[in-house]
Amino acid sequence: MAEATDDLKALETQALAELAGCSDEPALRAWNTKYFGDKGLMKAALSAIGKVPKEQRASYGQEANRVKVALESAYSAALDKAKEESLATSLASDKLDVTLPGRPARRGRLHPATQILRDIYAIFADLGFQVYRTNEVETDELNFELLNMPEHHPARDMWDTFFTTTPGTVLRTHTSPGQIRLMKETAPHPIRAILPGMCYRNEAISTRSEIQFFQVEGLVVGEGVTMADLKGTLTAFARRMFGPDRQLRIRSSYFPFTEPSIEVDIDWPKDDPNRDRLTKGTGWLEILGAGMVHPTVLRNGGYDPDKVTGFAFGMGPQRMLMLKHAIDDIRLFWQNDLRFLRQF
Amino acid sequence: MLVPLNWLKEYVTLPADPAELIERLTLAGLEAAGTTVYGLPVPAGVRVKAEDAGPVWERDKVVVAKVSRIEQHPDADRLKLVTVDYGAVEPKTVVTGAPNIAVGQSGMKVVLGLRGTRYFYQDKDGKKATFTLEPKALRGIMNDAMCMSNYELGIAEDHDGIILLDDGDPAPGTPLQDVLGEIVVELDILPNMARCLSLLGIAREVAALTGGAVTEPNLDYPTAKDKIDGRVKVEIENPKLCGRYSATIIRNVTVGPSPRWMRSRLQYAGMRPISNAVDVTNFVMLEYGQPLHAFDHDVLVKRAGGKPPTIIVRSAKAGEKLVTLDKAERELGPEHLVIADTAGVIALAGVMGGLETEVTDATKTILLEAASFDPVSVRKTARQFNLFSEASTRFSRGVHPEVVLPAAKRAAQLFHRHAGGEVLAGVVDAYPAPISPQTIKLDRTEIERLLGFGLPDGEVERVLTALQFKLESTPWGWSVTPPPTRLDIQVGAADLIEELARVSGYDRLPERLLPLEMPTPKGNRDLATEQRVQDLLADLGLNECITYALTSVEAEGKLVPGQSPGTAVPGLANYVQLLNPISPERAVMRRTLLPGLLEVAARNLQTVDSVALFELGFVYLPKAGQQLPDELRRLAVILCGRRDVSAWDDTLAEKPKQYDFFDLKGVVESLLADLHVPGVTFEPTKTVPHVHPGKSAEVKVNGTSAGVLGELHPKVAAAFGLTTAVLVAELDAEAIIAAVPERYPYRPFSTLPAAKRDVAVIVPDDLSADRVLGELRAAGGDLLTEATLFDVYRGDSIPAGTKSLAFALTYQPKEKTLTDKEIDKAHEKIENRLKHVLKASIRGKQG
Repeated sequence: MAEATDDLKALETQALAELAGCSDEPALRAWNTKYFGDKGLMKAALSAIGKVPKEQRASYGQEANRVKVALESAYSAALDKAKEESLATSLASDKLDVTLPGRPARRGRLHPATQILRDIYAIFADLGFQVYRTNEVETDELNFELLNMPEHHPARDMWDTFFTTTPGTVLRTHTSPGQIRLMKETAPHPIRAILPGMCYRNEAISTRSEIQFFQVEGLVVGEGVTMADLKGTLTAFARRMFGPDRQLRIRSSYFPFTEPSIEVDIDWPKDDPNRDRLTKGTGWLEILGAGMVHPTVLRNGGYDPDKVTGFAFGMGPQRMLMLKHAIDDIRLFWQNDLRFLRQF
Repeated sequence: MLVPLNWLKEYVTLPADPAELIERLTLAGLEAAGTTVYGLPVPAGVRVKAEDAGPVWERDKVVVAKVSRIEQHPDADRLKLVTVDYGAVEPKTVVTGAPNIAVGQSGMKVVLGLRGTRYFYQDKDGKKATFTLEPKALRGIMNDAMCMSNYELGIAEDHDGIILLDDGDPAPGTPLQDVLGEIVVELDILPNMARCLSLLGIAREVAALTGGAVTEPNLDYPTAKDKIDGRVKVEIENPKLCGRYSATIIRNVTVGPSPRWMRSRLQYAGMRPISNAVDVTNFVMLEYGQPLHAFDHDVLVKRAGGKPPTIIVRSAKAGEKLVTLDKAERELGPEHLVIADTAGVIALAGVMGGLETEVTDATKTILLEAASFDPVSVRKTARQFNLFSEASTRFSRGVHPEVVLPAAKRAAQLFHRHAGGEVLAGVVDAYPAPISPQTIKLDRTEIERLLGFGLPDGEVERVLTALQFKLESTPWGWSVTPPPTRLDIQVGAADLIEELARVSGYDRLPERLLPLEMPTPKGNRDLATEQRVQDLLADLGLNECITYALTSVEAEGKLVPGQSPGTAVPGLANYVQLLNPISPERAVMRRTLLPGLLEVAARNLQTVDSVALFELGFVYLPKAGQQLPDELRRLAVILCGRRDVSAWDDTLAEKPKQYDFFDLKGVVESLLADLHVPGVTFEPTKTVPHVHPGKSAEVKVNGTSAGVLGELHPKVAAAFGLTTAVLVAELDAEAIIAAVPERYPYRPFSTLPAAKRDVAVIVPDDLSADRVLGELRAAGGDLLTEATLFDVYRGDSIPAGTKSLAFALTYQPKEKTLTDKEIDKAHEKIENRLKHVLKASIRGKQG
């Protein structure tokens, strides 16, 4: 008489044979449903124990469990193998054209003039300079008179001034009137500050000249401030801004509000192909004007020139950016063409 | 100031290397703007602009020659055959068409260019080209050399004929380089260096820089037996405007060309030679920096009715007129200082002489004026009549009155030597208030206090003495008297220390990094917040722009739809207006950032399909009772064009989505949220002209308006050339920056599991989403941690005149995990509130 366990053996043989015939993951999953699903053959075989004669039930149960475990482990091994194979296939066959462009991300930027201003703030912050800002529409008194340029002073010709219809009012031609404002606010205490801001000049707009432009003024006032401090400060600045090897060259110059007055050149890096054009063959490039604060200006600011001394400097941040990036047209700044702005 | 170095060499020894001279002058404050070289090879280290480079006169090819004979060309009326001795064994005959020599003349010296000479020639198009002289037959006569002109040699632009040298010039065969070769350095003269608007002034600088000595011109000349006394009177009515006036009379002059050397020098210094009478005054002006004027004395005598003339320096009377040398009639008034005689005005003091009394070829007697005029007066007059000349430039920068007499004497000497004149003995010199030299105290400790390093006494003395200061030693330093040529030493020690630093060389300045007590670092919170605003907007994908603060009322008027062009919107008086604008487009200071930014948007949209821009800048608002306007920061934002960034895998069939109101609102919300500005609300607005009345909002901070955002009114957009929807915001950056709290508290968040539920409410169409959200939050209390609108629906499945708003709600307890039942209860509470307070119906639920 046939043993009830023979059916189990037959089921095992059939199941293993079918399993071996499954070539991919979906076929394996179908096999699993067929044998282990809610209505699966294995489940049926397990529940068939009730129909098995009593004396055979123990051995049937044992055998049924053995077959179940054996089939489960065979399935799991086959499934792992199939997954492995399919991964290997996909790794071998899936290929992107990695030279296609990346999907662009939306990115905003600060205006290059803002960027260079911030660079300047950061360098001077390290040197202990505060940022102080004052107005752009200014009195003639602050823009000229208190800076040692009374009416009809020939030095006023150094700036082409915009006058407003309000008598005695101009668009500031430089950030220097801020010196007087800051000194009046601070005297008799010491000052170490930079004064950035927009300035205006009545000049024809060209590749080299704009009617409005940024300027950054520096002002240090206190006991014991000397021209050597000015040179040290400007050297430190130039090296941070234009490279650690920069050398300074100081030329005598003239500004009504400083005495002595100087202009500062740096040696332009020899590896810049624009060096000859930029420096007109001299190797030197002017970057700023400076000097010791004129005693009259110190007095106008509320200081006693016999007790304190000071230095001041003024620079054009846009010019510095133009030098660094070989920009040859200053008009690009206020045109705000995205093709320009996006490069910084 | 154009400085011919061979001329400068007359007064001081120059360094052998011109490049070194240029470098040292530049470092000492006399910056070389450029160099022109005439006939000589360009010295090493000297840079000459390509357009200024002329031909080099080779020593064996361009030489002095003497004419022995001039004959007519047998076959050409216009051509002459000139036979010259040029130092070679055989004379040479050349063909020339020069108009300034004639057949039959001989004995003059000319410049001969031999075969191979490079020279300038005007080509058929009138352009300057360089040619090389090659043998060529001219109307049948072989010609392998030529008589050279100024134009051909690159000396000047004139075509007046060949160069005629003087008898006194070197012998035939001398290379022209040795006669006319010159290096001219153009120096920029700073306002405090007015003394260097003269060869002697520059020579003094060179001497101080090189340790050399200046040779001043000798001022001797024989005088006539007759004295000047009684032949002219000088009266100064306004000594404040004319500190000194001297008159010298030179009689029996023969007006004619100046000697060749003087003409060359004037030419190289940028002045046109005219006649000896004029050239002498110009020559001395360039030499001493003292402008001079020559009157025809005989004309003055005639005007005085045959009596000795009286020169009166006075202010013009209203309505007086003068025809100046340039033949223009000038109407004068009391603001003009003039030179007059008893018959009327004869010159504009320091600016220009009168036509009637000028020297002419017929002049026999010269009255030479050397005077000192007030810089401001000369400057104003020159500016008013736009008569900026070499003379008015010098006077308006200041000329020391002590230069008057040496210059007058030098000119008298040159009139005697080169115009055959006889100088009357003496000079009429009105000098009512001589400038007494002021003495300056130079404390030696002051040098170190300013420069940061001390100078040895010997060097201080050497430098100042070389600059012609007079020094007297004192226990503490020196008592210093400036030379009688300088007006720029006014402040005291600082002026002298600048001279010391400048001449000793700034390369000696040590470097030091402010080893001083630092002022309290206060920081600048306002700037930091402004930068935070910029950064946040850039993070949101917006590009910062900076546009002109100068604009026009017309540009701003475009913001009012239907405004007739040219009308000022808030009225011109509300603008800061320029008195001297550069153009009508830049005539006032802006009151809004929008037009500038809209122009930028429109320009960019010609090349890109999307712009997202912002500007944080000032507007300028005049205020009654204030001289200066309020300068207030505004923040403008513009979005226009496609919303997402285009990529190569975009679905072409789908039209890209365009920016709309909610993109703009999202930017504003995000900015204010990240700045932690409290109390932000948005309210509809209908009264703002530049925006769409139904698609705009006013943003408020704690109930106060902080600006408007919305879709630009289509008519306004069209006025700026924009055709698609433009989203614009202009916010009060001052209010926003002021509202940014110094501190904000951290909000703790729960780590307990959160439950999500959706609710869709049907409400009347005109009920704002904000209102619904407010009720949701009120009912949800602390448990409701998030409520996000995810759908707005209007359509057939809900009643007309209503809309459905769907919200995703997140419930998250703080203390203990909630059961489903508890969440259901909370959700129900919200639904009930919406039903009762807003009379809303809950979608998907009846009742």
